[in-house]
Amino acid sequence: MNAVEVKHLYFKYENEWVLEDINFTLKDKEFMTIIGPNGGGKTTLLRILLGFLKPTKGEVKIYDKSPKENRTLIGYVPQHTNFSLDIPITVFDIVLQGRLQKGKFFYSKKDKEKAIKILKELKIEKFKDRKIKDLSGGQRQKVLIARALVSEPKIVMMDEPTSAIDPKGQKEILDLIENLDITRIVVSHDIKILLRKVDKIAYIHKKAVIHEGPKLNIPKDKHFCEVELIDFLKEDECGI
Amino acid sequence: MWDLISNSVYAGLFLSIAIGIIGSLIVINKATSITGSIAHGSFGGIGLGIYLGINILLSTTIFTLILALILSIITIFYKHRADSLIGVIWALGMSVGIIFLSLSPEYNADAISYLFGNILLIEKNDLLIMGIVDIVLIISIIFLYHRFLAMSYDIEFLEIRGINAKLLYTYFLILTSLTIVMSVRAIGIILILALFTIPPLIAEKFTKRFYQMIVLSGILSALFVTGGIALSYYFDLAPTPIIVIIAATGLFLSIWKR
Repeated sequence: MNAVEVKHLYFKYENEWVLEDINFTLKDKEFMTIIGPNGGGKTTLLRILLGFLKPTKGEVKIYDKSPKENRTLIGYVPQHTNFSLDIPITVFDIVLQGRLQKGKFFYSKKDKEKAIKILKELKIEKFKDRKIKDLSGGQRQKVLIARALVSEPKIVMMDEPTSAIDPKGQKEILDLIENLDITRIVVSHDIKILLRKVDKIAYIHKKAVIHEGPKLNIPKDKHFCEVELIDFLKEDECGI
Repeated sequence: MWDLISNSVYAGLFLSIAIGIIGSLIVINKATSITGSIAHGSFGGIGLGIYLGINILLSTTIFTLILALILSIITIFYKHRADSLIGVIWALGMSVGIIFLSLSPEYNADAISYLFGNILLIEKNDLLIMGIVDIVLIISIIFLYHRFLAMSYDIEFLEIRGINAKLLYTYFLILTSLTIVMSVRAIGIILILALFTIPPLIAEKFTKRFYQMIVLSGILSALFVTGGIALSYYFDLAPTPIIVIIAATGLFLSIWKR
């Protein structure tokens, strides 16, 4: 069974095609990164995979079911910059949210133990009782990753996990993602993610160019090479 | 003296429980304009009740619950235009109220008392309603505390966890409506918003956890309301504006102090 299956996916927004004929599959425990220019449809694709948006045409399966049906298998990591910092909420409160489920109103002892274990693994246990406001960008992003992982997901989907974070924090987060033993889809504007052990690269610029393989064997797409990688690779490495 | 103000002090304490819970939720959900819209819109229910000669509490409850459902749909499905549409509902509810009042055969001083409220005129029946709403709020916050907190922080994540966040948000607006209905006679439509938001805004600055914010804003409300009742009794002034002025002074002091 594939972890993710996308077949002939189209998405139209206000009479304009944002995504056209996207096709790819992802196997269990594979690491895929979705890259591409701003406004190219990366976030739209992620929101379709999460079940927040319905495709105009085509089919999306997460572990053989629709994203909505299999949502609880997904660990979602949004951008840390999306949230209000004024809410009186601690790191522990946020991480525990990953243990919320239908029909359950209170956290069990096991839920709290799992949350502490994840906080330790991510080396943010000492911030457990701090207000989220008092953490750095990198630490806040780690808290959101911990919240996703504490639900023991089969697949984790992340939206720009390294944005608005200092270089040291970016490295720590990319190391963490690289070493996770579950299926991963990471939307990133940061081209440095290609230096990581990714199994698949989806370059989204309306149409997806899916590439499978080692890190620097990048998609042979003219726009991708000329616009995205201009400062990143030498021209002859671009392969066109 | 106690006999004269006892009902208003009890009303103040019942109100404080409601403000602690619903006020804190309103502040952390950034739902101030929605609350203003329900509160002002509720005047439609008051006008309708007076025109038809039916129980005003009943007509206002039904009217505000309908407003809450409309506002829930607007917030969930028309997010990009929510701000303007909330303003429209605000004005529409008040307009409906004014039209029904002008169609009523006699001028009704009761309608004006709902606009400004008077906690010193609270009766036993009002206290009973306040008590019932408080019980509903307390039970709701005990069972839904974690869901409400998650909704306020990241509503989409709640959906990912398989919980119906849209339904939860609608329930939050229904609770807000009930709290407004129970408070209208005591505080009045026009100043409800200030009293629902000032104590939580102060509490938010001094607390680390959401339950602490609920408790602190409840305590602050009790202080502001009882202080306001005492001052208005001694100086023979309208109580609600005094309560709001004390609360606003507290807010400015808290900003200055931080």
